[in-house]
Amino acid sequence: MASYYEQKWETMSRDEMRAHQDKLLAEQVRHVYANVAYYRDLMDGKGVKPGDIHGVDDLKLLPFISKDDLREAYPYGMLAVPLSDTVRVQSTSGTTGKRVVAFYTQEDIDLWDRCCARAIVAAGGSNKDVVHVSYGYGLFTGGPGLNGGSHLVGSLTLPMSSGNTERQIQFMTDLQSTILCCTPSYAAFLAETIHEMGLRGKIKLKAGIFGAEAWSEEMRRHIEQRLGIRAYDIYGLTEISGPGVSFECEEQTGMHVNEDHFIPEIINPITGEVLPDGEKGELVFTSISKKAFPLLRYRTRDICVLSRKACSCGRTLVKMAKPMGRSDDMLIIRGVNVFPSQIETVLINCGFEANYQLVVDRVNYSDTLEVRVELTPEMFSDEVRKLEMREREVVDKLKSMLGIAAKVTLVQPKSITRSEGKAVRVIDNRGGKL
Amino acid sequence: MAIDQLSVFVENKQGKLVEVLEALGQAGIDLRALSIADTADYGVLRVIVDRPVDALKVLTDLGFAVRINQVLPVSVDDAPGALGNTLRVLSDAGIFVEYLYAFVAHGEDRAFVILRVADNEGAEKVLRGRGIAIASKEEIYK
Ligand SMILES: [Zn+2]
Repeated sequence: MASYYEQKWETMSRDEMRAHQDKLLAEQVRHVYANVAYYRDLMDGKGVKPGDIHGVDDLKLLPFISKDDLREAYPYGMLAVPLSDTVRVQSTSGTTGKRVVAFYTQEDIDLWDRCCARAIVAAGGSNKDVVHVSYGYGLFTGGPGLNGGSHLVGSLTLPMSSGNTERQIQFMTDLQSTILCCTPSYAAFLAETIHEMGLRGKIKLKAGIFGAEAWSEEMRRHIEQRLGIRAYDIYGLTEISGPGVSFECEEQTGMHVNEDHFIPEIINPITGEVLPDGEKGELVFTSISKKAFPLLRYRTRDICVLSRKACSCGRTLVKMAKPMGRSDDMLIIRGVNVFPSQIETVLINCGFEANYQLVVDRVNYSDTLEVRVELTPEMFSDEVRKLEMREREVVDKLKSMLGIAAKVTLVQPKSITRSEGKAVRVIDNRGGKL
Repeated sequence: MAIDQLSVFVENKQGKLVEVLEALGQAGIDLRALSIADTADYGVLRVIVDRPVDALKVLTDLGFAVRINQVLPVSVDDAPGALGNTLRVLSDAGIFVEYLYAFVAHGEDRAFVILRVADNEGAEKVLRGRGIAIASKEEIYK
């Protein structure tokens, strides 16, 4: 039997949810228009007034906000309340250009924590659990978000933060952590290290809540099997609040969006036109309950699909599929759109582990892709012919499944740098080359 | 009798081969024979050493992909035509040789040929039947 953190909101009828969203959206637009000059100018530019927005049906009239807008408005341009009402700042990692800072009132933090609490309960968490948070703490939202959620659930919270793997594993065994929260690549790394240390039998983990980077179904199965857990996906972004914008339930077929706070839309990334449920496009969020940093129609650059099919867990919240990758991660190689996660799937299907790096370059006006993948000790053979067959299998599958020609290079086990936060999988050397 | 051969995946990067050889040297492991199969990006180093299991551990601990498998050491006269004759015998018996390498024994007129075949016992039988000697471990490590 499924349990919920906030059953009322998680299982509300569609009509009630819609009425709630209509009301909050109209209020939020008035709040933003009155307090955020930057967005007021965007609305005025489109000739839209707060009075035009009566509910979700009118959402499409509003202008989009992009990451560029946030950079433009840095740091206070999107702030919608007096600074004296804010209590917290979180920030994006700033890997692509100038960082974004997001502000929170205490109420904004509280609702974010509740969203994370829903995710923990959906992953089977309760006050009897030991929640091991290995997301980074600090400006990154991962640690603070799950930490807050875990407190609300009443679980014993281990604020481990990222790094220091041996200490992580020591706490995990000594304090019997049951739910692990971290990036999927770090979960895979922990699993590997636990096996190497021969401690698999001392681990009491039952579930993991993994997010903040793209990962594949194959990687999910790999982690589940290595750690003997169920691995749940969680989604979020600092601009909207942090982890917990959506979360997975026991069905593991997509993430329920906390629609009472965040309205999702899927748009055609080129025309901006809203697409019907079930179609693939760019995910856009409108924050309807947050007060300090309430973004309307924020373009996430994540490509994904929404589904309103009834879920066996009883939640009525719309589900979003695992993003196929951020459009920032999307590589265009000789005109073909490629997501690293698709390449990862091919590698895992060919028996490799998800330890790889993609090197993109331009030679003689044409893009080249090199897939550097670690050889596993089990795969190694003294016969070069067999190693070459392994390489060729990957090359052929990349060609037939993704339509791209790649060079595959086998590298020594564990030679690709493991990051303890986000994995750096792509090295693009094309910058400026013709 | 087949003997142990250690093979190591070595990236074509400066210092990688040296790293392997130095590690074996530091562990006091004696190298009797060595060959490298090369591709553009990596090589497979194959060695015959006196303590293959220790060598496997030393290199695995350093993060190398390593494997031990059985190869057949054939003892031939260090004279023209001896190796060709050996291969002819195997070829006539329909035995495919994946790869081979040779080294000369210390202070003797004999050479050892390391043969990688799918079926060591079958190959050994065929060779012995034609009067070709298989080297013993003792001879190899002498
Ligand atoms: Zn569900």
